[in-house]
Amino acid sequence: MSDIILETRDLTKHYGGVHALQGANFILRKGEHVAIMGDNGAGKSTFVRQITGVEQRTRGEVIFDGKPVHFESPMDAREAGIETVFQTLALADELDVPDNLFLGRELVRFNLGPFSILDYKAMRERTMQALEKTGVKIPNIRNTIRNMSGGQRQCVAIARTATFHSKLTIMDEPTAALGVQETAQVENIVRTLKAAGEPLILISHNMRQVFDLVDRVVVFRRGRICANLDIKNQEFSGEDVVAYITGAKTQPEYEDAA
Amino acid sequence: MADQTTHGVGGLTFDARKRAWPNEMNVFIALIVIILIFEALGAMMMGQSFLFDSNDRFGTIFNEARLKIIILQVAIIGIIAIGSTQVIISGGIDLSPGSIVGLTAMVAMSFAQTALVNGNPNPKAIFSETWMDLPVIIPILVALIIGMLAGMTNGLLIAYTRIPPFIATLGMMVAARGAAKWWSKGNPISFPTDQFASIGNGMNGWAPVLIFVGLAVLFHLILKHTVYGKHTYAIGSNEDAARMSGIKVARHKVLVYTIAGMLAGLSAIVLASKNLTAQAGMGVMYELDAIAMTVIGGISLAGGRGSLIGTVLGALIFGVIISGFTFLRLDAYYQEMVKGFIIVAAVVLDQWRQRRAITR
Repeated sequence: MSDIILETRDLTKHYGGVHALQGANFILRKGEHVAIMGDNGAGKSTFVRQITGVEQRTRGEVIFDGKPVHFESPMDAREAGIETVFQTLALADELDVPDNLFLGRELVRFNLGPFSILDYKAMRERTMQALEKTGVKIPNIRNTIRNMSGGQRQCVAIARTATFHSKLTIMDEPTAALGVQETAQVENIVRTLKAAGEPLILISHNMRQVFDLVDRVVVFRRGRICANLDIKNQEFSGEDVVAYITGAKTQPEYEDAA
Repeated sequence: MADQTTHGVGGLTFDARKRAWPNEMNVFIALIVIILIFEALGAMMMGQSFLFDSNDRFGTIFNEARLKIIILQVAIIGIIAIGSTQVIISGGIDLSPGSIVGLTAMVAMSFAQTALVNGNPNPKAIFSETWMDLPVIIPILVALIIGMLAGMTNGLLIAYTRIPPFIATLGMMVAARGAAKWWSKGNPISFPTDQFASIGNGMNGWAPVLIFVGLAVLFHLILKHTVYGKHTYAIGSNEDAARMSGIKVARHKVLVYTIAGMLAGLSAIVLASKNLTAQAGMGVMYELDAIAMTVIGGISLAGGRGSLIGTVLGALIFGVIISGFTFLRLDAYYQEMVKGFIIVAAVVLDQWRQRRAITR
């Protein structure tokens, strides 16, 4: 029981008449890396939005770190230890790396309410530590995000997770817009997280990447989970996964859902 | 050493303390160039120097009288420009401070009147004698509170009804001007207490400059070294990112516009005190001059970029141009035409810089 970091029971989200997510039962164990796959509109992002407090679920339960949770906002989820790298990167272009890492939770020297004095030195030092830990390569952390490549931006977004000792990292298509080298850099960061035993939910369309990086694949189709594939211990091919994604196959235990 | 990093691709080393060429340097160079142009024109057309004491009238290096005029005439609008700077950095715009100056000047002056003028009752009295000769703190507080309330109204409208800042503050611009005229049915309000008069005229006339510089330094520190400042830049840079990072964007915007209104109120005190009178038409077009100062100073209208150093330099450029035209004895018409040209040129340059930064 205690090795489960995240569990959802009957997680459901309706947008008016649209059933974007239906009865999702999902389990993530500590140290496990799981990929969520599925076609566009299959419910992957909707699923993540319910867990991270971006939206409020219609029905169902989310149990995080042994406790039922109900996050009002992404900030609540973040404070509880769920760090999300959103598809839209949520970085402020005109600010530098430490500013972005600590945005909304700045370290302060003197607490004067909204006019608290920032502790730039401590934020820089902890930024460097986070970059070391994740193996993120940024030439100059004082550079603004505007002057960075897509890969560097992604790395900054991911490095946030390492800064705050999160209990769970969620990445929504982190390499969708990246070149080959940059993709490799992001994948290395994911491996670093794996080695550090930090659990991860990865949304990805990239079959090669998924087979390289994760232990397990959960496939969504038309708002429901239709397969749970233990690719680490069982023989599954890319074609199998595609078959589940497109609807050619459904795992027996999810038959009623399809 | 802690600031050194070898995180570069291919093991390149970067010095984290080394910063890019700051935009403020460009504005500073522009200021110098404009001064040099006036020096050259002065030598050709007038046979005298613009800023230097060429005729030994003062026995100093610089023409101190002109320097004082340059700084004095931008100090009062400069106080407004400080507020406009943080509003524009947050991605908004404020068209109301000029009218807020008119309204707060009228109301504050009503609480700053003296009962006896040369032994006669005050001919412009608004209130009865019990409300005259009040301590100077009363009109100051009144002005600050009215400015803050007007600014807060702007902020609440923008943050919670989601109407564009342009519209919300345009409404306040018209309404506050109307209120300023209504307050005394269009009559000017005059004869303040000596204490009140000293705010704008004290220290040999330098008091407004000191207030402007003090506020500029204070707000520079606030923008660069406090959570408030960081969040202002973040919201102007990427509002969604700010929201997702847990910044209370709506509450912050209310605070930004409230502070802008408060600064307009402060500016009104200095202006009314300096002129020893308040009129409903005070501060007309000040908001546009203030926005022009920020834009010339390199504050991006897109939000997120620029600093108060830029605004102060922009204000100085503004003052130099006005004084320069007076110095050359050119008509005010030319002054305004050139002012308009410089505002547009500053924005074009900013956009050009921005495009270059992206395509690099």
